[in-house]
Amino acid sequence: MTTERPTTLLAELTHRCPLHCPYCSNPLDLLRAESEIGTEDWKRVFTQARELGVLQLGLSGGEPLIRKDLEELAAHARSLGLYTTLVTSGLGLTRKRAEAFRAAGLEHVQVSVQDSDTASAERIAGVSSVKQKQAAIALVKELGFAFSINVVLHRANLDRIGEIIDLAASLDADRLELANTQYYGWGLKNRSALMPRREQVLRAKEIAEDRMQRYKGKMQIIFVLPDYFEELPKACYGGWGRYYIVVSPDGKALPCHGAYAIPSLELPSVREHSIHWIWHESSAFQAFRGDAWMKEPCRSCPRKTVDFGGCRCQALALTGDAANADPVCTLSPFRHLIDEALHEHAGADEYAYRDYTVEPQRA
Amino acid sequence: MAISLDAVPRLWRLARLDYDPARQRPVLLYPEGAVLLNDTGRAILELVNGTRTVAQIAAELSERYQTDVTADVTDYLSHLAKRELIQ
Repeated sequence: MTTERPTTLLAELTHRCPLHCPYCSNPLDLLRAESEIGTEDWKRVFTQARELGVLQLGLSGGEPLIRKDLEELAAHARSLGLYTTLVTSGLGLTRKRAEAFRAAGLEHVQVSVQDSDTASAERIAGVSSVKQKQAAIALVKELGFAFSINVVLHRANLDRIGEIIDLAASLDADRLELANTQYYGWGLKNRSALMPRREQVLRAKEIAEDRMQRYKGKMQIIFVLPDYFEELPKACYGGWGRYYIVVSPDGKALPCHGAYAIPSLELPSVREHSIHWIWHESSAFQAFRGDAWMKEPCRSCPRKTVDFGGCRCQALALTGDAANADPVCTLSPFRHLIDEALHEHAGADEYAYRDYTVEPQRA
Repeated sequence: MAISLDAVPRLWRLARLDYDPARQRPVLLYPEGAVLLNDTGRAILELVNGTRTVAQIAAELSERYQTDVTADVTDYLSHLAKRELIQ
């Protein structure tokens, strides 16, 4: 099998974050600041990733603005020709820093919005953040960055999807990602507080499709049905080790940002290995590449080259074996686990908030 | 829907035409995505500037290639318009 070239690098620069969102994609064990790799490490990783074929870079976290070297990293990425997105809560984006990012050639800023309703947004983030986000968004627009809004959808905000889309349009977003909560890590821990009702999801889909037509040509809207409500799994990032590399704050390379949870993986470190070696030689990136690892029903399934058996992290978290079919698949003997989870919409609304909170540095 | 010959296409504000040295291919980059281009695709997109009409782009390329490429140009731009990469 020929190995594809990777297209995307997600640089999780830090796990520190001023927000406490209960669906955070960071692992449950958040890394401390002392374990973070340095500026030169990241620059080397970007250079090597670009040489290997990476086109897209996400500067993410946690809250990446907490890193004081972010301007330098953005400038380096631009010098390599990478299309770079700053993935931020907006908290800590001062005028001085925003102007520095513009000067560094950063092209695209994605700001998270928790809800259109202020009280609900503050509750989801676990901290007062709406005013600071509004100020950050105003700066992003004023300085002319390409601008996306990302909203994670779940039971508490799904009924306002129309208002959320209208809010994004009124903020003049070029692009709106409506990302349904994925249930691993923090999302799985909070699943019963996040899980929507099926009627909510179907109604939200209708509203999103209607708004897509309304805002066509003005604002691109991306809405993907949450996989629990589908019958077939999604190809996780286009398949394991095919397009995507995540590097964690401490320099571990992962094929997806949930892969921390798979204990059998020996995650290679960018401190010890090149991105080329990690992509082509490391056991972690080969573990679920291709189809040799598959068990039934995937092994003989004609869709194995379409969805690659779905999400390995979900298979592990719910069935106990990362090599099982994603239990979202109706052919999986574990599908009943998903169907049972769909009833959790009647669960309590209390969140277990992530707790590694550090205020971003004021420049 | 096919793009009309009178339309004046321009690249999506968020998209950037570039060259990928690793694959040695021209590439259209945009948030969370990329389209690898062939030389024909690049030739078309290089003429998309928000002032030329589709007809003018087709005429210029037909002249360059000494054959009528109007259908190829409209197909290609329609495809990219459907993906919202051309407006």
